[in-house]
Parts: sequence; C-alpha cells; structure tokens
Amino acid sequence: MKEAFDFLEMKLPAKSEFVGVLRLTISGVANRMGFSYEEIEDLKVAVSEAITNAVKHAYYDEETGEVTIGFGLYEDRLEVMVADHGGSFNLKEVKEDTGPYDEGVPVTNMREGGFGLFLIDALMDKVEINNNHGVIVLMTKFLYENEVGQNDDQISTSQ
Amino acid sequence: MNLHIDDFKNDDVATLKLSGEIDAYTAPQLKEKLLGYVKEYDEVQVDLEKVNYMDSTGLGVFISALKTSKENESKFKLINLQENVYRLFNITGLNEVIDIENTVQGGM
Repeated sequence: MKEAFDFLEMKLPAKSEFVGVLRLTISGVANRMGFSYEEIEDLKVAVSEAITNAVKHAYYDEETGEVTIGFGLYEDRLEVMVADHGGSFNLKEVKEDTGPYDEGVPVTNMREGGFGLFLIDALMDKVEINNNHGVIVLMTKFLYENEVGQNDDQISTSQ
Repeated sequence: MNLHIDDFKNDDVATLKLSGEIDAYTAPQLKEKLLGYVKEYDEVQVDLEKVNYMDSTGLGVFISALKTSKENESKFKLINLQENVYRLFNITGLNEVIDIENTVQGGM
C-alpha cells in the first residue's frame, strides 16, 4: 500500500536573495507538522545550505536559472528535495572538501567553504545526493513525538 | 532577511554589532566591511546578540576575518552568540579555533 503524504513544490530563481524565502517556507511547513523550535532551526540551516550550493555551484555567474524545491510531508517525517537543473559540480571533489576541523590545522591553511554538505549531514537524519542530471539533494528529518508535558500549554493545530 | 551592521570605535578597538540574518545574500557585504576593520584596528569584536540566523556562509566570513587578523597581528573575537548560532561553531569544531565569548540563552 502506498504511504499517504502531502507534497508541496516551489521554484525559486537561483539567486542568493531567495535563500531567505525558502527558510520562511520550511519554517512554516515544519511548524505545521509539529517539529520543535530546535528542529526547525536545524531544517532552516540544512535547506539553506542545499539551495546555497545550488545557487553557487550550478550557475556560477549566470543568474538565469532556477532551483526546484519539493517538500514531502509524511506522517512521521519531512522530506525536502532541492534540485537544480543546471550544470553539475564534481561531487567527489565536494565531498572531499567537507568535514569538521582538526585542531592541529594552522589557521592560515583553514578553508573558508566546504561546510555546507557537512552541516546538512549533521543536522538531518538522512541525506542522499544524486548527481546525474544537475544535482538533487534529498534530505529527511523524522518527526519524533515530543516529550510528555513539553507542549501542555499549546493547542495543537495538527490533530 | 537582511543584515544590519552598526559600528562603535574607540582608539584601537572596533565593535561591530550585527542584527538580522547571515546567509548567502548578506555574507558578502559583511565580509567586505569586517575585513576592512580587521586590517585597520588592533582589536575587533563582533557582537552577534541580535543575529538569529546564520549558516556556513557566516562561518566562512569569520574564518576569513580570523586569517586576516593573524596576518595583521590583531585580535578578533565573537561575542554574545545565540544558542542556535553557537551550535554551528560547535558542530564544525570552529569553537576551538575562533575566540568566542559570552554565549547567551543558557550560556553553553
């Protein structure tokens, strides 16, 4: 049997000024689903990193493309898909250039970028990247039941 | 979805008070302004009390400022970070590299 879910899709110009618009949207969607404040903050950073990557890597200086974002709202999880249909970037290179710092690295050798994918991975429960036609990042965050008592004073709108 | 920058200067110390969001859109203007201060002053502190959102583009700007401060033998530090902003420094290990003071809301 197919799992029931709601699906939202939006297209944004591949320009950095729209990254904030996506954050407002994910905030609204995640709040609607009952994610906690901290989880919503994590989601905002993760989707911003994904769209920032798409804006930066796929289009370079050509500000003509667009990025498609899909939200799958399931009973127990939120899936977010960020896809650019532009040129693709070298995934292997991107993966190698990512990760936390080692304390031993001298300041002058520290890289200024490359935290995007690392943060997505750290903040989401599951991340898949498809690099065949443009780049598609599929991220999942599960909805865990809040601790009893935590939301006693709130009226849930999701029931 | 904008970033506002106020600056306060006295003698050798400059303080930049930021309010708003640091992301791919606002990071370039912050970088330009901040690097200018780091080159000019012996000590630069950035007050993040009113920054309620930041992502890896912000981390990049502060790493760049730290590098520039080392080159110029000046001091660079971040103060009054909100918990969700500090979290990113913690996850990436940058809290060990950048001078961070006075986190707010529970003070991690």
